Amino acid sequence: MQPINLTSAEAAGRDLVEKVQKASGVDVKACYQCGKCSAGCPVGSAMDYTPRQIMRLLQLGLVDEVLKSRSIWLCAQCETCSARCPRNLQPDKVMESLRIEAKKAGYEAEDEIATFNEKFLRSVAANGRLYEAGLIIGFNLATVQPLKDAGCAPAMLTAGKLKLFPHKIKGKDAIRRMFEKAEKAEGER
Amino acid sequence: MKYAYYPGCSLHSTGIEYDISSKLVAKRMGIELKEIPDWNCCGASAAHTTNHMLGLALPARNLAIAEKEGLDVLAPCAACYNRMKTTELAVKASEQTKQKIANITEMDYQGNIGVKTALEVFVKDAGLEAVKALATKTLGGMKVAAYYGCLLVRPHDVGIDDMENPMLMDDMVTALGGEAVQWPFKTECCGASLPTAKGKVGLKLVYDILSMAQSVGAEAIVTACPLCFVNLDMRQSDLNKKVSGSSFKIPIFYFTELMAIAFGEKPASAGAGKHFVNTSEILAKYNLK
Amino acid sequence: MRRVGVFVCHCGTNINGVVDCEKVAKTAAGFPNVAFATDYKYMCTEPGQDLIKNAIKEHNLDRVVVASCSPRMHEPTFRACIESGGLNPYLFEMANLREQCSWVHANNKELATVKAIDLVRKAVAKVVKNEPLQKSRISITKRALVIGGGVAGIQAALDIADAGNPVTIVEKEPSIGGRMAQIDKTFPTIDCSACILGPKMVDAAKHPNIEIISYAQVEHVDGYVGNFEVTIRKKARSVDLKKCTGCGTCQEKCPTKVDSEFDMKLGKRKAIYTPFPQAVPNKPVIDRVNCTKFKTGKCGICQKVCPVDAVDYEQQDELIIEKYGAIVVATGYQQFDHSAYGEYGYGKYPDVITGLHLERLINASGPTMGKIKRPSDHKIPETVAFIQCVGSRDEAKGHAYCSRTCCMYTAKHATLVSEKIPGSKSYVFYMDVRTPGKGYEEFYKRTTDEYGAQYIRGRVSKIYEKGDKLVVRGEDSLIGRPVEVEVDMVVLAVAMEPQSDAGELARILGISVDKDKWFTEAHPKLKPVETHTAGIFLAGAAQGPKDIPDSVAQAGAAASKAIGLLSKVEMETDAMVSSVDESRCSGCLICKGICPYKAIDAKMIQERVGGKMVERQVASVNKSLCQGCGACTVACRAGCLNLLGFTNEQILAEVEAVCL
Repeated sequence: MQPINLTSAEAAGRDLVEKVQKASGVDVKACYQCGKCSAGCPVGSAMDYTPRQIMRLLQLGLVDEVLKSRSIWLCAQCETCSARCPRNLQPDKVMESLRIEAKKAGYEAEDEIATFNEKFLRSVAANGRLYEAGLIIGFNLATVQPLKDAGCAPAMLTAGKLKLFPHKIKGKDAIRRMFEKAEKAEGER
Repeated sequence: MKYAYYPGCSLHSTGIEYDISSKLVAKRMGIELKEIPDWNCCGASAAHTTNHMLGLALPARNLAIAEKEGLDVLAPCAACYNRMKTTELAVKASEQTKQKIANITEMDYQGNIGVKTALEVFVKDAGLEAVKALATKTLGGMKVAAYYGCLLVRPHDVGIDDMENPMLMDDMVTALGGEAVQWPFKTECCGASLPTAKGKVGLKLVYDILSMAQSVGAEAIVTACPLCFVNLDMRQSDLNKKVSGSSFKIPIFYFTELMAIAFGEKPASAGAGKHFVNTSEILAKYNLK
Repeated sequence: MRRVGVFVCHCGTNINGVVDCEKVAKTAAGFPNVAFATDYKYMCTEPGQDLIKNAIKEHNLDRVVVASCSPRMHEPTFRACIESGGLNPYLFEMANLREQCSWVHANNKELATVKAIDLVRKAVAKVVKNEPLQKSRISITKRALVIGGGVAGIQAALDIADAGNPVTIVEKEPSIGGRMAQIDKTFPTIDCSACILGPKMVDAAKHPNIEIISYAQVEHVDGYVGNFEVTIRKKARSVDLKKCTGCGTCQEKCPTKVDSEFDMKLGKRKAIYTPFPQAVPNKPVIDRVNCTKFKTGKCGICQKVCPVDAVDYEQQDELIIEKYGAIVVATGYQQFDHSAYGEYGYGKYPDVITGLHLERLINASGPTMGKIKRPSDHKIPETVAFIQCVGSRDEAKGHAYCSRTCCMYTAKHATLVSEKIPGSKSYVFYMDVRTPGKGYEEFYKRTTDEYGAQYIRGRVSKIYEKGDKLVVRGEDSLIGRPVEVEVDMVVLAVAMEPQSDAGELARILGISVDKDKWFTEAHPKLKPVETHTAGIFLAGAAQGPKDIPDSVAQAGAAASKAIGLLSKVEMETDAMVSSVDESRCSGCLICKGICPYKAIDAKMIQERVGGKMVERQVASVNKSLCQGCGACTVACRAGCLNLLGFTNEQILAEVEAVCL
């Protein structure tokens, strides 16, 4: 166990911090660590690092810990933090950018949540719309909880709330191309 | 009044009551809704937390289609509204962003039309007097807690009401003869996809909201977001099983359902028969069946 | 032919780091009329000034140009220097090579040097046309006006009065005392506030040199340093001060109760009232907005029961005009309105109160007789949460600045709550704890060590009601976990703000306010009690958030400046005043109406015209009153008014030097 060498951390993390600042539009050094964001965060108690701590890690350049954190996946994007930040900063935008960078770096500390989003987007990319039944079944299988929420299914089917088959929009090829182009754009950041 | 109608993925499935009742309310208000042809998913939170441009491009395609008709978009779903409004503002603010989006969508959304949400159009724009005038039934003092969630009120430039103590739905409830119970969790997050994707974390949020509503004596909760609705409606029995001592039985309504019912529609036709938490009891209590 | 000396200052590297001073001096040596030119590292120092004095003698200079910093910085320095070198101090010009050159053109040294040479050429062209000028003298009104009767105003008044000068305190409330009268105990000594302020208030009331005009406001100020003419509006009290004995019968019998502003609306007062028992003057006023007699014409009980017939419903506001030589502004502060915070309830939760509210609850003569009770149900709170920085250090909803006093007064509050409610628990949610004064850190440590207050580092995100409790959501950032407490009462340490009418008062006085509307001092470090307007001084929280020791210290400083001013027999006025060319003046007197200082009047002169002596009217400038603003020189159609030191000829010479 060694104390954190801040000089080398700052140098090592500089590029990614710059990237995240540019992508999110947030100047992380403006955060004066008051904690109001963490205090109002609905999932703050479940996070490994509170939103304030994420900002602090970025201020110090400790990007590895941030990318590997569960916090960036648990963030529900409720924007309560940004609404109340006394310095008008936006921790939720930072969380968003960090999640994107984490995925690029291959870190998905909350793989259930990552899987949920992946299945969601895969459905949209294939059909142009979200095929909810497909999402639930795919998610349940991928996370090895095949019967999760199964009790709700009959009621939803009879109420017409679950379609058995996906609706493919006419422009689904255009949607697929959008996904490809967006991925390329993100890769070029 | 005519709008390009954007139901979004939820309103065609788990949020079908919102779709049905919104259309009924629109009809009563003389608002014409023309569904956006071949609309695509707005991306919700999955898109913008995975890819910045994708999160703007998916909504932009729908806005571009509506722009061709020269119509503003009406999106009842809070998430769809929030994403489309964010896109609208981003395009209006920066020529560069507009261009980047256009390159990805292969369409040319200029920012000449914008998006509104149902709560805005049916209550804020229409005005409480108009809402009152269309009512043929009264909610009779039903104690309703208005639950707004996050995406309708935050961030400030996208939100349609106060971020800490919004009153649009409360005023609507009062206008229809109900008692809008004041409570401090109007804009507390329901967890969005977390109750489904990570119940261990997400269900607590749903529990807190239901618990607070119960403690302030709410007989029902009214909402304007299909994900909030599903979380509050579908998960009540789950919570009753998992949390000892909890016995939630609070009917959840879309505000458009209450409006439609107050305007004289049969509750079943408005979608009130499709909920997980049974609504017949409370509707009978207040002579609204 | 003139013999001008040019002295170019390096100002260390301030100027020379950008401008090639040697080159400027060498070039200046070649200008017409220049007999000597040199450069030096620090012109304003003693060796620098000796250099100038010696050069005057050696080279027989009759005019001097110093090319250095801003005249606002050292014009008086160099004027005094050449005067002791034997020249009239007005045979002098400065070229500003620092603020107007090197400091703003740091990225282009070449062009900066070209500009510097031009500036010197301009100054030389002007100084050649300078004429010797003399200052005038004017008498000073030996009276001071103190605006605001809080502790700072009272202290300043006492000091000025003790030095033998008559002082008037104008206070807008019915009584002097200000915020300190509302406070119960003061940190770090836990002195009873009224006990230490009371004697000062009485001293002020009894002092032969102090006149207190309460329930009054300054409406208009004319004049200038040494000779201010102030219009004061004495609001109608509806009580004849000469007759009233302060017996209090009227207050007792008045049937109308009104929320008491002094008690932060936690208690009531009557429509005819003194704001608190130790009021000075202890004579009531009638609140005509809420008084039944004034609203409906009925009642009149106070007049009936007054044993000396002092109640006068017909009384009107009275405007008086008084002359003063110096003015001290001590108008204090107000509290930030926390209804801006939706997350704290938009000001609607009755048990979420501010520091001043708590002071009134703790105070023995407050609305609850000194028992700390919840405003909602009058129960005694067992748990209290204190929230710091509400409206301070908050760019989003309040002010960016720190209000300086709150960390200390919250520690004091936590101490008092612990004492008054044994077994109670206090939580303080803070960002930093700032304890800069003497004994302050020790006081704060006692609050945690001996009085058991729990300090939690983290700003509060939300306060909400749950049953009859209040839930406070914060984060303990020291352990990095969100936390929650359920308490009976919440006290917000709200920001200190300037009074809402500070901007208006600034306009009336002709002084400035900063971006947060605090009155601006003349220099943030070196002139904390002067303003940019000569003769007007600042004391207390009106200049910026501060506590009682600092307010009293600043009041003493302001008083000493005022005393210094008033101790002069006469005041020197500026020599750069307007002058009339009587041979060309037609006597139209347009200039008289333009002059804001009433310095121009008509004068009859005698002239020989066509062999006969004729009398005619011309304009004449009173050199003592003229402030050199130059408005008359513009208004004069014939151009026969000139501002000495800035004559039309001098200015045209500058223009020629630079442009042609």
